[in-house]
Amino acid sequence: MLSTEEIKEIDHEISLVPYKKAACIEAMKIVQRNRGWISDDALKAIADYLEMSTAELDSVATFYNLIFRKPVGRHIILVCDSITCWIMDYKALYIAIQKQLNIKFGETTTDGKFTLLPNACLGCCDHAPTMLIDDDLYRNINADELEMILNRYE
Amino acid sequence: MERPLTRNIHPNRPPLTLKEYEMAGGYLAVKKALSIPPKEIIDLVKESNLKGRGGAGFNTGMKWSFVPYGENSPATKYLVANADEMEPGTFKDRLLLEGNPHQLIEGMIVAAYAIGATTGYVFLRYAYKEAAVKITNAINEAYNAGYLGFNILGSGYNLQMHLHTGVGRYMCGEETALLNALEGKRATPRAKPPFPQISGLFGKPTIVNNVETLCNIPHIINNGADWFKNLSYSEDGGTKLYGVSGRVKHPGCWELPMGISIRELIEEYAGGMQDGYRFRGVLPGGASTDFLVEQHLDIKMDFKSVAMAGSRLGTGTMIVLDDKTCPVGFVHNLQQFFAHESCGWCTPCREGLPWVEKILWSIEQGQGKPGDLDLLDQHAKLLGPGNTFCALAPGAAEPLQSALKYFREDFERHIRNKQCPYD
Ligand SMILES: Cc1cc2nc3c(=O)[nH]c(=O)nc-3n(C[C@H](O)[C@H](O)[C@H](O)COP(=O)(O)O)c2cc1C
Ligand code: SF4
Ligand code: FES
Repeated sequence: MLSTEEIKEIDHEISLVPYKKAACIEAMKIVQRNRGWISDDALKAIADYLEMSTAELDSVATFYNLIFRKPVGRHIILVCDSITCWIMDYKALYIAIQKQLNIKFGETTTDGKFTLLPNACLGCCDHAPTMLIDDDLYRNINADELEMILNRYE
Repeated sequence: MERPLTRNIHPNRPPLTLKEYEMAGGYLAVKKALSIPPKEIIDLVKESNLKGRGGAGFNTGMKWSFVPYGENSPATKYLVANADEMEPGTFKDRLLLEGNPHQLIEGMIVAAYAIGATTGYVFLRYAYKEAAVKITNAINEAYNAGYLGFNILGSGYNLQMHLHTGVGRYMCGEETALLNALEGKRATPRAKPPFPQISGLFGKPTIVNNVETLCNIPHIINNGADWFKNLSYSEDGGTKLYGVSGRVKHPGCWELPMGISIRELIEEYAGGMQDGYRFRGVLPGGASTDFLVEQHLDIKMDFKSVAMAGSRLGTGTMIVLDDKTCPVGFVHNLQQFFAHESCGWCTPCREGLPWVEKILWSIEQGQGKPGDLDLLDQHAKLLGPGNTFCALAPGAAEPLQSALKYFREDFERHIRNKQCPYD
Protein backbone atom coordinates (compact mmCIF):
# COMPACT_ATOMS: atom_id res chain seq x y z
CA MET A 1 0.00 0.00 0.00
CA LEU A 2 2.73 2.49 0.91
CA SER A 3 5.11 3.23 -1.95
CA THR A 4 8.84 2.65 -1.58
CA GLU A 5 9.32 6.39 -1.90
CA GLU A 6 6.87 7.02 0.96
CA ILE A 7 8.50 4.35 3.10
CA LYS A 8 11.89 5.92 2.52
CA GLU A 9 10.60 9.32 3.68
CA ILE A 10 8.80 7.83 6.67
CA ASP A 11 11.94 5.90 7.66
CA HIS A 12 13.85 9.16 7.66
CA GLU A 13 11.29 10.70 10.02
CA ILE A 14 11.46 7.63 12.28
CA SER A 15 15.25 8.06 12.47
CA LEU A 16 14.75 11.51 14.04
CA VAL A 17 12.58 10.40 16.96
CA PRO A 18 13.05 8.01 19.91
CA TYR A 19 10.28 5.58 18.91
CA LYS A 20 8.30 4.84 15.73
CA LYS A 21 4.91 6.10 16.85
CA ALA A 22 6.29 9.59 17.38
CA ALA A 23 6.64 9.93 13.59
CA CYS A 24 2.95 9.33 12.92
CA ILE A 25 1.93 12.90 12.12
CA GLU A 26 4.90 13.27 9.80
CA ALA A 27 3.99 9.97 8.14
CA MET A 28 0.43 11.13 7.53
CA LYS A 29 1.74 14.41 6.10
CA ILE A 30 3.95 12.50 3.68
CA VAL A 31 1.13 10.25 2.49
CA GLN A 32 -1.33 13.14 2.28
CA ARG A 33 1.15 15.14 0.20
CA ASN A 34 1.21 12.28 -2.33
CA ARG A 35 -2.42 11.24 -2.33
CA GLY A 36 -4.31 14.33 -1.24
CA TRP A 37 -5.99 12.62 1.72
CA ILE A 38 -5.75 9.75 4.19
CA SER A 39 -8.07 6.93 3.13
CA ASP A 40 -8.96 4.08 5.49
CA ASP A 41 -6.50 1.87 3.62
CA ALA A 42 -3.74 4.45 3.90
CA LEU A 43 -4.50 4.91 7.59
CA LYS A 44 -4.21 1.18 8.18
CA ALA A 45 -0.99 0.91 6.20
CA ILE A 46 0.62 3.75 8.16
CA ALA A 47 -0.59 2.35 11.48
CA ASP A 48 0.76 -1.11 10.64
CA TYR A 49 4.08 0.33 9.58
CA LEU A 50 4.42 2.32 12.80
CA GLU A 51 3.17 -0.60 14.92
CA MET A 52 0.19 1.25 16.32
CA SER A 53 -3.54 0.50 16.18
CA THR A 54 -5.63 2.13 13.45
CA ALA A 55 -7.93 3.50 16.14
CA GLU A 56 -5.04 5.25 17.84
CA LEU A 57 -3.76 6.73 14.59
CA ASP A 58 -7.27 7.82 13.65
CA SER A 59 -7.63 9.59 16.98
CA VAL A 60 -4.58 11.64 16.06
CA ALA A 61 -5.69 12.15 12.45
CA THR A 62 -9.11 13.46 13.40
CA PHE A 63 -7.71 15.89 15.97
CA TYR A 64 -5.99 18.05 13.39
CA ASN A 65 -7.79 20.44 11.08
CA LEU A 66 -5.58 19.75 8.09
CA ILE A 67 -5.33 15.98 7.99
CA PHE A 68 -8.05 15.02 5.56
CA ARG A 69 -9.99 11.80 6.16
CA LYS A 70 -12.26 12.45 3.18
CA PRO A 71 -11.25 12.99 -0.46
CA VAL A 72 -10.42 16.58 -1.34
CA GLY A 73 -10.00 18.47 -4.58
CA ARG A 74 -6.72 19.11 -6.37
CA HIS A 75 -6.52 22.53 -4.75
CA ILE A 76 -7.43 23.52 -1.21
CA ILE A 77 -8.87 26.98 -0.62
CA LEU A 78 -8.53 28.12 2.99
CA VAL A 79 -10.52 31.28 3.67
CA CYS A 80 -9.76 33.12 6.91
CA ASP A 81 -12.95 33.44 8.95
CA SER A 82 -11.34 34.90 12.07
CA ILE A 83 -12.06 38.18 13.74
CA THR A 84 -10.33 40.85 11.67
CA CYS A 85 -11.31 39.26 8.38
CA TRP A 86 -14.83 39.04 9.76
CA ILE A 87 -14.78 42.79 10.55
CA MET A 88 -13.41 43.48 7.07
CA ASP A 89 -16.27 41.54 5.49
CA TYR A 90 -14.81 38.18 4.54
CA LYS A 91 -18.46 37.15 4.08
CA ALA A 92 -18.59 39.00 0.76
CA LEU A 93 -15.58 37.01 -0.38
CA TYR A 94 -17.11 33.76 0.80
CA ILE A 95 -20.37 34.49 -1.00
CA ALA A 96 -18.48 35.29 -4.20
CA ILE A 97 -16.54 32.00 -4.00
CA GLN A 98 -19.74 30.09 -3.27
CA LYS A 99 -21.37 31.63 -6.32
CA GLN A 100 -18.51 30.98 -8.64
CA LEU A 101 -17.72 27.43 -7.57
CA ASN A 102 -21.16 26.42 -6.40
CA ILE A 103 -19.83 24.90 -3.17
CA LYS A 104 -20.06 25.70 0.53
CA PHE A 105 -17.46 25.34 3.25
CA GLY A 106 -16.48 21.70 3.55
CA GLU A 107 -17.41 20.83 -0.03
CA THR A 108 -15.52 19.94 -3.20
CA THR A 109 -16.42 21.06 -6.73
CA THR A 110 -17.92 18.32 -8.93
CA ASP A 111 -14.91 18.44 -11.25
CA GLY A 112 -12.67 17.67 -8.26
CA LYS A 113 -10.72 20.88 -8.70
CA PHE A 114 -11.30 22.80 -5.48
CA THR A 115 -12.12 22.06 -1.85
CA LEU A 116 -13.28 25.05 0.18
CA LEU A 117 -12.52 25.27 3.90
CA PRO A 118 -12.67 27.95 6.60
CA ASN A 119 -9.40 28.55 8.42
CA ALA A 120 -8.30 30.41 11.53
CA CYS A 121 -6.43 33.71 11.20
CA LEU A 122 -3.71 33.48 8.57
CA GLY A 123 -1.56 36.02 10.40
CA CYS A 124 -2.07 38.81 7.85
CA CYS A 125 -4.82 40.68 9.67
CA ASP A 126 -3.36 43.98 8.49
CA HIS A 127 -4.29 42.89 4.95
CA ALA A 128 -7.71 41.40 5.66
CA PRO A 129 -9.53 39.64 4.12
CA THR A 130 -7.13 36.83 3.31
CA MET A 131 -7.09 33.34 1.86
CA LEU A 132 -4.58 30.63 1.07
CA ILE A 133 -4.85 28.47 -2.04
CA ASP A 134 -2.37 25.59 -1.78
CA ASP A 135 0.89 27.49 -1.16
CA ASP A 136 -0.30 30.87 -2.45
CA LEU A 137 -1.36 33.56 -0.03
CA TYR A 138 -3.85 36.20 -1.17
CA ARG A 139 -4.32 39.37 0.89
CA ASN A 140 -6.64 42.38 0.68
CA ILE A 141 -8.80 40.37 -1.69
CA ASN A 142 -11.74 42.03 -3.24
CA ALA A 143 -14.49 39.85 -4.57
CA ASP A 144 -14.07 41.24 -8.12
CA GLU A 145 -10.58 39.77 -8.49
CA LEU A 146 -11.74 36.35 -7.48
CA GLU A 147 -12.50 34.94 -10.90
CA MET A 148 -9.04 35.87 -12.14
CA ILE A 149 -7.42 34.26 -9.11
CA LEU A 150 -9.38 31.02 -9.37
CA ASN A 151 -8.70 30.75 -13.11
CA ARG A 152 -4.99 30.38 -12.35
CA TYR A 153 -5.57 26.87 -11.07
CA GLU A 154 -5.81 23.81 -13.30
CA MET B 1 14.46 55.11 18.22
CA GLU B 2 16.27 51.78 18.16
CA ARG B 3 14.55 48.86 16.46
CA PRO B 4 16.83 45.87 16.97
CA LEU B 5 14.29 43.21 15.95
CA THR B 6 13.19 44.74 12.67
CA ARG B 7 16.23 46.80 11.69
CA ASN B 8 17.18 44.30 9.01
CA ILE B 9 13.68 43.54 7.81
CA HIS B 10 12.70 45.13 4.52
CA PRO B 11 9.15 44.25 3.47
CA ASN B 12 9.82 44.35 -0.26
CA ARG B 13 13.08 42.41 -0.27
CA PRO B 14 13.93 38.80 0.50
CA PRO B 15 15.41 38.28 3.98
CA LEU B 16 19.14 38.67 4.53
CA THR B 17 21.24 35.73 3.38
CA LEU B 18 23.71 34.36 5.88
CA LYS B 19 26.51 36.46 4.36
CA GLU B 20 24.43 39.63 4.48
CA TYR B 21 23.28 38.85 7.98
CA GLU B 22 26.91 38.41 9.09
CA MET B 23 27.84 41.73 7.46
CA ALA B 24 25.08 43.35 9.52
CA GLY B 25 26.59 41.95 12.72
CA GLY B 26 24.77 38.62 12.67
CA TYR B 27 26.09 35.57 14.52
CA LEU B 28 28.44 37.73 16.61
CA ALA B 29 26.22 36.87 19.57
CA VAL B 30 26.80 33.15 18.97
CA LYS B 31 30.55 33.69 18.89
CA LYS B 32 30.39 35.76 22.04
CA ALA B 33 28.01 33.44 23.88
CA LEU B 34 30.07 30.31 23.22
CA SER B 35 32.95 31.88 25.16
CA ILE B 36 30.80 32.66 28.22
CA PRO B 37 29.65 30.05 30.77
CA PRO B 38 25.94 29.22 30.21
CA LYS B 39 25.00 30.32 33.71
CA GLU B 40 26.23 33.85 32.98
CA ILE B 41 24.06 34.02 29.87
CA ILE B 42 21.02 32.99 31.88
CA ASP B 43 21.84 35.64 34.48
CA LEU B 44 22.25 38.29 31.80
CA VAL B 45 18.88 37.45 30.24
CA LYS B 46 17.27 37.42 33.68
CA GLU B 47 18.74 40.82 34.43
CA SER B 48 17.59 42.30 31.12
CA ASN B 49 14.01 41.72 32.32
CA LEU B 50 12.98 40.17 29.02
CA LYS B 51 9.48 38.80 29.53
CA GLY B 52 8.10 36.10 27.23
CA ARG B 53 6.31 37.51 24.19
CA GLY B 54 4.00 34.50 23.69
CA GLY B 55 1.30 35.90 25.95
CA ALA B 56 1.98 34.96 29.55
CA GLY B 57 4.91 37.32 30.06
CA PHE B 58 7.08 35.21 32.34
CA ASN B 59 10.70 36.33 32.86
CA THR B 60 12.68 34.42 30.21
CA GLY B 61 15.97 34.08 32.09
CA MET B 62 14.10 32.84 35.14
CA LYS B 63 12.33 30.20 33.05
CA TRP B 64 15.66 29.00 31.63
CA SER B 65 17.17 28.78 35.11
CA PHE B 66 14.73 25.99 36.07
CA VAL B 67 16.36 23.61 33.57
CA PRO B 68 18.68 21.19 35.38
CA TYR B 69 22.29 21.92 34.56
CA GLY B 70 25.67 20.39 35.25
CA GLU B 71 27.17 16.92 35.32
CA ASN B 72 24.19 15.12 36.79
CA SER B 73 21.63 16.65 34.45
CA PRO B 74 20.19 14.64 31.52
CA ALA B 75 22.42 14.53 28.43
CA THR B 76 19.48 15.25 26.15
CA LYS B 77 17.57 18.53 26.45
CA TYR B 78 15.42 20.40 23.97
CA LEU B 79 14.69 23.94 22.92
CA VAL B 80 11.53 24.70 20.94
CA ALA B 81 10.66 27.92 19.17
CA ASN B 82 6.90 28.35 19.34
CA ALA B 83 5.97 29.59 15.87
CA ASP B 84 2.40 28.35 15.89
CA GLU B 85 0.79 31.81 15.94
CA MET B 86 -2.85 30.89 15.45
CA GLU B 87 -4.39 33.41 17.85
CA PRO B 88 -6.86 35.44 15.77
CA GLY B 89 -5.72 39.02 15.28
CA THR B 90 -2.08 38.16 15.91
CA PHE B 91 0.38 38.69 13.08
CA LYS B 92 3.73 39.61 14.62
CA ASP B 93 5.81 36.42 14.55
CA ARG B 94 5.07 36.03 10.86
CA LEU B 95 7.01 39.25 10.25
CA LEU B 96 10.06 37.93 12.12
CA LEU B 97 9.91 34.46 10.57
CA GLU B 98 9.64 35.68 7.00
CA GLY B 99 11.65 38.85 7.42
CA ASN B 100 14.80 37.67 9.19
CA PRO B 101 14.93 33.92 9.84
CA HIS B 102 18.63 34.01 10.77
CA GLN B 103 17.84 36.24 13.73
CA LEU B 104 15.57 33.51 15.12
CA ILE B 105 18.12 30.75 14.43
CA GLU B 106 20.82 32.80 16.14
CA GLY B 107 18.60 33.42 19.17
CA MET B 108 17.82 29.72 19.33
CA ILE B 109 21.51 28.72 19.22
CA VAL B 110 22.30 31.03 22.14
CA ALA B 111 19.24 29.89 24.11
CA ALA B 112 20.00 26.23 23.46
CA TYR B 113 23.61 26.69 24.55
CA ALA B 114 22.46 28.47 27.71
CA ILE B 115 20.27 25.57 28.81
CA GLY B 116 22.53 22.86 27.39
CA ALA B 117 20.07 21.65 24.74
CA THR B 118 21.36 19.38 22.00
CA THR B 119 18.35 19.61 19.69
CA GLY B 120 16.22 22.56 18.67
CA TYR B 121 12.87 22.57 16.91
CA VAL B 122 11.00 25.34 15.17
CA PHE B 123 7.32 24.44 15.58
CA LEU B 124 5.73 26.28 12.67
CA ARG B 125 2.07 26.36 11.78
CA TYR B 126 0.96 24.80 8.51
CA ALA B 127 -0.34 27.99 6.95
CA TYR B 128 3.00 29.85 7.08
CA LYS B 129 4.25 28.47 3.77
CA GLU B 130 6.65 31.27 2.97
CA ALA B 131 8.18 31.14 6.45
CA ALA B 132 8.73 27.38 6.05
CA VAL B 133 10.86 27.94 2.93
CA LYS B 134 12.84 30.74 4.53
CA ILE B 135 13.50 28.94 7.80
CA THR B 136 14.60 25.82 5.91
CA ASN B 137 17.07 27.87 3.88
CA ALA B 138 18.40 29.64 6.95
CA ILE B 139 18.88 26.37 8.87
CA ASN B 140 20.78 24.89 5.91
CA GLU B 141 22.96 27.97 5.59
CA ALA B 142 23.70 27.91 9.32
CA TYR B 143 24.73 24.23 9.15
CA ASN B 144 27.01 24.93 6.19
CA ALA B 145 28.67 27.81 8.00
CA GLY B 146 29.32 25.73 11.12
CA TYR B 147 26.83 27.53 13.40
CA LEU B 148 24.83 24.32 13.74
CA GLY B 149 25.86 20.66 13.92
CA PHE B 150 28.85 19.16 15.71
CA ASN B 151 31.50 21.18 17.50
CA ILE B 152 30.05 24.59 16.65
CA LEU B 153 32.84 27.06 15.79
CA GLY B 154 35.31 24.73 17.51
CA SER B 155 33.66 25.20 20.91
CA GLY B 156 32.86 21.55 21.51
CA TYR B 157 29.14 22.41 21.68
CA ASN B 158 26.75 20.40 19.45
CA LEU B 159 23.28 21.40 18.31
CA GLN B 160 20.92 19.85 15.76
CA MET B 161 18.03 21.91 14.49
CA HIS B 162 14.81 20.84 12.75
CA LEU B 163 11.80 22.56 11.30
CA HIS B 164 8.51 20.91 12.26
CA THR B 165 5.38 22.08 10.48
CA GLY B 166 2.08 21.43 12.23
CA VAL B 167 -1.20 20.24 10.79
CA GLY B 168 -3.44 22.96 12.13
CA ARG B 169 -4.85 23.32 15.62
CA TYR B 170 -4.74 26.37 17.87
CA MET B 171 -3.97 24.12 20.83
CA CYS B 172 -0.56 23.35 19.33
CA GLY B 173 0.52 26.78 20.58
CA GLU B 174 -0.09 25.87 24.23
CA GLU B 175 3.33 24.79 25.35
CA THR B 176 2.61 21.34 26.78
CA ALA B 177 0.13 20.54 24.00
CA LEU B 178 2.85 21.56 21.55
CA LEU B 179 5.13 18.94 23.09
CA ASN B 180 2.45 16.28 22.63
CA ALA B 181 2.05 17.35 19.00
CA LEU B 182 5.82 17.04 18.51
CA GLU B 183 5.61 13.53 19.96
CA GLY B 184 3.00 12.58 17.35
CA LYS B 185 0.02 12.73 19.69
CA ARG B 186 -3.20 14.70 19.95
CA ALA B 187 -2.35 18.22 21.04
CA THR B 188 -3.95 18.08 24.48
CA PRO B 189 -2.16 19.85 27.32
CA ARG B 190 -0.26 18.01 30.04
CA ALA B 191 -0.74 18.20 33.78
CA LYS B 192 1.83 20.34 35.59
CA PRO B 193 3.98 19.60 37.54
CA PRO B 194 6.25 18.28 36.25
CA PHE B 195 6.98 21.44 34.29
CA PRO B 196 8.49 21.05 30.82
CA GLN B 197 11.71 22.60 32.12
CA ILE B 198 12.19 19.38 34.12
CA SER B 199 10.29 16.84 32.02
CA GLY B 200 9.19 18.04 28.60
CA LEU B 201 9.64 16.63 25.10
CA PHE B 202 10.11 12.82 25.29
CA GLY B 203 10.44 13.25 29.05
CA LYS B 204 13.56 15.43 28.80
CA PRO B 205 14.08 18.99 30.06
CA THR B 206 12.60 21.38 27.50
CA ILE B 207 12.20 25.10 27.04
CA VAL B 208 9.46 26.44 24.79
CA ASN B 209 9.82 30.09 23.85
CA ASN B 210 7.93 32.38 21.56
CA VAL B 211 9.59 33.50 18.31
CA GLU B 212 9.77 37.17 19.31
CA THR B 213 11.22 36.25 22.70
CA LEU B 214 14.05 34.31 21.03
CA CYS B 215 14.72 37.02 18.45
CA ASN B 216 15.59 39.40 21.30
CA ILE B 217 18.36 37.16 22.63
CA PRO B 218 21.21 37.99 20.20
CA HIS B 219 20.73 41.70 20.87
CA ILE B 220 20.83 41.24 24.63
CA ILE B 221 24.06 39.25 24.32
CA ASN B 222 25.64 41.88 22.06
CA ASN B 223 24.52 45.00 23.92
CA GLY B 224 23.93 44.02 27.53
CA ALA B 225 21.08 44.08 30.01
CA ASP B 226 21.07 47.83 30.67
CA TRP B 227 20.90 48.68 26.99
CA PHE B 228 17.90 46.35 26.68
CA LYS B 229 16.12 47.83 29.68
CA ASN B 230 16.69 51.33 28.30
CA LEU B 231 14.89 50.54 25.04
CA SER B 232 11.67 50.52 27.02
CA TYR B 233 9.28 53.20 28.29
CA SER B 234 8.26 50.90 31.13
CA GLU B 235 9.66 48.50 33.71
CA ASP B 236 9.51 45.60 31.22
CA GLY B 237 12.66 45.47 29.13
CA GLY B 238 13.01 45.96 25.40
CA THR B 239 10.98 46.88 22.39
CA LYS B 240 7.78 45.09 21.40
CA LEU B 241 6.15 44.25 18.12
CA TYR B 242 2.75 45.92 18.20
CA GLY B 243 0.04 45.50 15.61
CA VAL B 244 -3.27 47.15 14.88
CA SER B 245 -6.01 45.70 12.68
CA GLY B 246 -9.66 46.47 12.04
CA ARG B 247 -11.19 49.60 10.50
CA VAL B 248 -8.19 51.86 10.99
CA LYS B 249 -6.58 53.84 8.16
CA HIS B 250 -3.24 52.02 8.11
CA PRO B 251 -3.35 48.61 9.76
CA GLY B 252 0.12 47.22 10.39
CA CYS B 253 2.80 45.95 12.73
CA TRP B 254 5.58 48.08 14.22
CA GLU B 255 8.49 47.62 16.58
CA LEU B 256 8.24 50.27 19.32
CA PRO B 257 9.45 50.79 22.87
CA MET B 258 7.64 48.57 25.38
CA GLY B 259 5.05 50.78 27.07
CA ILE B 260 3.90 52.96 24.18
CA SER B 261 0.29 54.10 24.67
CA ILE B 262 -2.72 52.58 22.98
CA ARG B 263 -3.66 56.04 21.69
CA GLU B 264 -0.31 56.54 19.98
CA LEU B 265 -0.56 53.14 18.34
CA ILE B 266 -4.04 53.66 17.01
CA GLU B 267 -3.94 57.36 16.20
CA GLU B 268 -0.36 57.86 15.03
CA TYR B 269 0.89 54.53 13.76
CA ALA B 270 -2.39 53.15 12.45
CA GLY B 271 -3.50 56.60 11.26
CA GLY B 272 -6.70 56.69 13.31
CA MET B 273 -10.07 55.29 12.34
CA GLN B 274 -11.16 55.05 8.69
CA ASP B 275 -13.43 57.88 7.55
CA GLY B 276 -16.97 57.28 8.68
CA TYR B 277 -16.00 54.97 11.55
CA ARG B 278 -15.60 55.74 15.22
CA PHE B 279 -13.55 53.90 17.84
CA ARG B 280 -15.58 51.84 20.29
CA GLY B 281 -13.21 49.40 21.89
CA VAL B 282 -10.11 47.31 21.44
CA LEU B 283 -8.79 43.90 22.32
CA PRO B 284 -5.26 45.01 23.19
CA GLY B 285 -3.43 41.71 22.80
CA GLY B 286 -5.25 39.35 20.47
CA ALA B 287 -8.49 37.38 20.60
CA SER B 288 -8.10 36.12 24.18
CA THR B 289 -7.82 39.46 25.96
CA ASP B 290 -10.43 41.70 27.60
CA PHE B 291 -11.88 44.70 25.76
CA LEU B 292 -10.60 48.13 26.69
CA VAL B 293 -12.59 51.24 25.74
CA GLU B 294 -12.16 54.98 25.16
CA GLN B 295 -11.28 55.75 28.79
CA HIS B 296 -8.28 53.41 28.46
CA LEU B 297 -6.69 54.96 25.39
CA ASP B 298 -3.81 56.46 27.34
CA ILE B 299 -2.87 53.18 29.01
CA LYS B 300 0.70 52.10 28.38
CA MET B 301 1.09 48.84 26.49
CA ASP B 302 3.26 46.96 28.96
CA PHE B 303 2.38 43.88 31.01
CA LYS B 304 1.56 45.67 34.25
CA SER B 305 -0.28 48.73 32.90
CA VAL B 306 -2.61 46.71 30.70
CA ALA B 307 -3.27 44.28 33.57
CA MET B 308 -4.14 47.18 35.85
CA ALA B 309 -6.66 48.39 33.29
CA GLY B 310 -8.33 44.96 33.46
CA SER B 311 -6.95 43.29 30.37
CA ARG B 312 -3.72 41.64 29.19
CA LEU B 313 -0.86 42.69 26.94
CA GLY B 314 -1.15 39.20 25.38
CA THR B 315 0.58 39.18 22.03
CA GLY B 316 0.55 42.99 21.73
CA THR B 317 -1.44 42.86 18.50
CA MET B 318 -4.69 44.73 18.89
CA ILE B 319 -8.04 44.33 17.19
CA VAL B 320 -10.16 47.47 16.98
CA LEU B 321 -13.94 47.46 17.26
CA ASP B 322 -15.63 50.33 15.43
CA ASP B 323 -19.11 51.79 15.85
CA LYS B 324 -20.56 50.11 12.75
CA THR B 325 -19.51 46.60 13.72
CA CYS B 326 -21.83 44.66 16.01
CA PRO B 327 -20.15 43.79 19.34
CA VAL B 328 -22.37 40.71 19.69
CA GLY B 329 -21.37 39.48 16.24
CA PHE B 330 -17.75 40.24 17.11
CA VAL B 331 -17.85 38.14 20.26
CA HIS B 332 -19.81 35.45 18.46
CA ASN B 333 -17.06 35.14 15.87
CA LEU B 334 -14.45 34.77 18.63
CA GLN B 335 -16.43 32.17 20.57
CA GLN B 336 -16.99 30.20 17.39
CA PHE B 337 -13.23 30.03 17.00
CA PHE B 338 -12.63 28.99 20.62
CA ALA B 339 -15.42 26.41 20.57
CA HIS B 340 -14.00 24.90 17.40
CA GLU B 341 -10.45 24.79 18.73
CA SER B 342 -11.22 23.47 22.22
CA CYS B 343 -9.41 20.17 22.68
CA GLY B 344 -12.33 18.75 24.65
CA TRP B 345 -10.45 17.86 27.82
CA CYS B 346 -12.43 19.96 30.32
CA THR B 347 -16.19 20.21 30.67
CA PRO B 348 -16.68 24.00 30.90
CA CYS B 349 -14.67 24.39 27.72
CA ARG B 350 -15.97 21.41 25.74
CA GLU B 351 -19.63 21.86 26.68
CA GLY B 352 -19.71 25.52 27.65
CA LEU B 353 -18.15 27.11 24.58
CA PRO B 354 -20.56 25.61 22.01
CA TRP B 355 -23.41 26.67 24.30
CA VAL B 356 -22.06 30.22 24.53
CA GLU B 357 -21.69 30.25 20.77
CA LYS B 358 -25.30 29.15 20.27
CA ILE B 359 -26.64 31.76 22.68
CA LEU B 360 -24.70 34.53 20.95
CA TRP B 361 -25.87 33.32 17.54
CA SER B 362 -29.50 33.29 18.59
CA ILE B 363 -29.17 36.80 20.04
CA GLU B 364 -27.68 37.94 16.72
CA GLN B 365 -30.59 36.30 14.88
CA GLY B 366 -33.14 38.19 16.97
CA GLN B 367 -34.09 35.13 18.98
CA GLY B 368 -32.46 36.13 22.25
CA LYS B 369 -34.34 35.51 25.49
CA PRO B 370 -34.36 37.59 28.67
CA GLY B 371 -32.30 35.08 30.71
CA ASP B 372 -29.58 34.79 28.08
CA LEU B 373 -27.29 37.43 29.51
CA ASP B 374 -27.32 35.79 32.95
CA LEU B 375 -26.40 32.52 31.30
CA LEU B 376 -23.55 34.21 29.46
CA ASP B 377 -22.31 35.83 32.68
CA GLN B 378 -22.40 32.45 34.36
CA HIS B 379 -20.46 30.78 31.53
CA ALA B 380 -17.87 33.55 31.56
CA LYS B 381 -17.22 32.68 35.21
CA LEU B 382 -17.15 28.92 34.62
CA LEU B 383 -14.68 29.35 31.78
CA GLY B 384 -12.47 31.56 33.93
CA PRO B 385 -9.15 30.76 35.60
CA GLY B 386 -8.95 27.73 37.85
CA ASN B 387 -11.73 25.66 36.28
CA THR B 388 -9.87 24.20 33.33
CA PHE B 389 -6.64 22.52 32.37
CA CYS B 390 -5.21 25.20 30.10
CA ALA B 391 -5.62 28.88 29.32
CA LEU B 392 -7.82 28.45 26.24
CA ALA B 393 -11.07 28.63 28.19
CA PRO B 394 -10.03 31.57 30.41
CA GLY B 395 -8.82 33.24 27.23
CA ALA B 396 -12.24 32.76 25.64
CA ALA B 397 -13.91 34.19 28.76
CA GLU B 398 -11.98 37.47 28.53
CA PRO B 399 -13.56 39.09 25.45
CA LEU B 400 -16.94 37.66 26.50
CA GLN B 401 -17.02 39.01 30.04
CA SER B 402 -15.67 42.41 29.05
CA ALA B 403 -18.12 42.76 26.15
CA LEU B 404 -20.96 42.02 28.56
CA LYS B 405 -19.58 44.75 30.78
CA TYR B 406 -18.86 47.50 28.25
CA PHE B 407 -21.40 46.75 25.52
CA ARG B 408 -24.27 45.39 27.62
CA GLU B 409 -26.74 47.83 26.13
CA ASP B 410 -26.02 46.36 22.69
CA PHE B 411 -26.82 42.86 23.91
CA GLU B 412 -30.01 44.10 25.57
CA ARG B 413 -31.11 46.00 22.48
CA HIS B 414 -30.78 42.85 20.37
CA ILE B 415 -33.02 40.96 22.77
CA ARG B 416 -35.53 43.79 23.21
CA ASN B 417 -35.91 44.59 19.51
CA LYS B 418 -35.60 40.97 18.38
CA GLN B 419 -33.01 41.83 15.74
CA CYS B 420 -29.42 42.91 15.23
CA PRO B 421 -29.40 46.72 15.15
CA TYR B 422 -26.29 46.71 12.94
CA ASP B 423 -27.72 44.70 10.01
C1 LIG C 1 -4.43 27.87 23.52
C2 LIG C 1 -3.09 28.53 23.58
C3 LIG C 1 -2.41 28.85 22.41
C4 LIG C 1 -1.15 29.45 22.45
N1 LIG C 1 -0.53 29.75 21.27
C5 LIG C 1 0.72 30.27 21.31
C6 LIG C 1 1.44 30.54 20.10
O1 LIG C 1 0.94 30.31 19.00
N2 LIG C 1 2.69 31.06 20.18
C7 LIG C 1 3.27 31.31 21.39
O2 LIG C 1 4.41 31.75 21.42
N3 LIG C 1 2.63 31.08 22.54
C8 LIG C 1 1.38 30.56 22.53
N4 LIG C 1 0.75 30.28 23.72
C9 LIG C 1 1.50 30.51 24.98
C10 LIG C 1 2.41 29.32 25.26
O3 LIG C 1 1.70 28.36 26.00
C11 LIG C 1 3.65 29.69 26.06
O4 LIG C 1 3.26 30.46 27.15
C12 LIG C 1 4.69 30.47 25.29
O5 LIG C 1 5.02 29.82 24.07
C13 LIG C 1 5.92 30.62 26.11
O6 LIG C 1 6.90 31.40 25.44
P1 LIG C 1 7.45 32.75 26.05
O7 LIG C 1 7.85 32.45 27.48
O8 LIG C 1 8.62 33.08 25.21
O9 LIG C 1 6.35 33.74 25.98
C14 LIG C 1 -0.54 29.72 23.69
C15 LIG C 1 -1.23 29.40 24.87
C16 LIG C 1 -2.47 28.83 24.82
C17 LIG C 1 -3.18 28.51 26.10
S1 SF4 D 1 -9.40 24.55 28.63
FE1 SF4 D 1 -10.29 23.77 26.74
S2 SF4 D 1 -8.58 23.66 25.34
FE2 SF4 D 1 -7.71 23.82 27.41
S3 SF4 D 1 -7.42 21.72 28.09
FE3 SF4 D 1 -9.46 22.29 28.75
S4 SF4 D 1 -10.79 21.62 27.06
FE4 SF4 D 1 -8.73 21.65 26.27
S1 FES E 1 -8.07 37.51 11.08
FE1 FES E 1 -7.87 36.92 8.99
S2 FES E 1 -5.72 36.97 8.72
FE2 FES E 1 -5.94 37.42 10.86
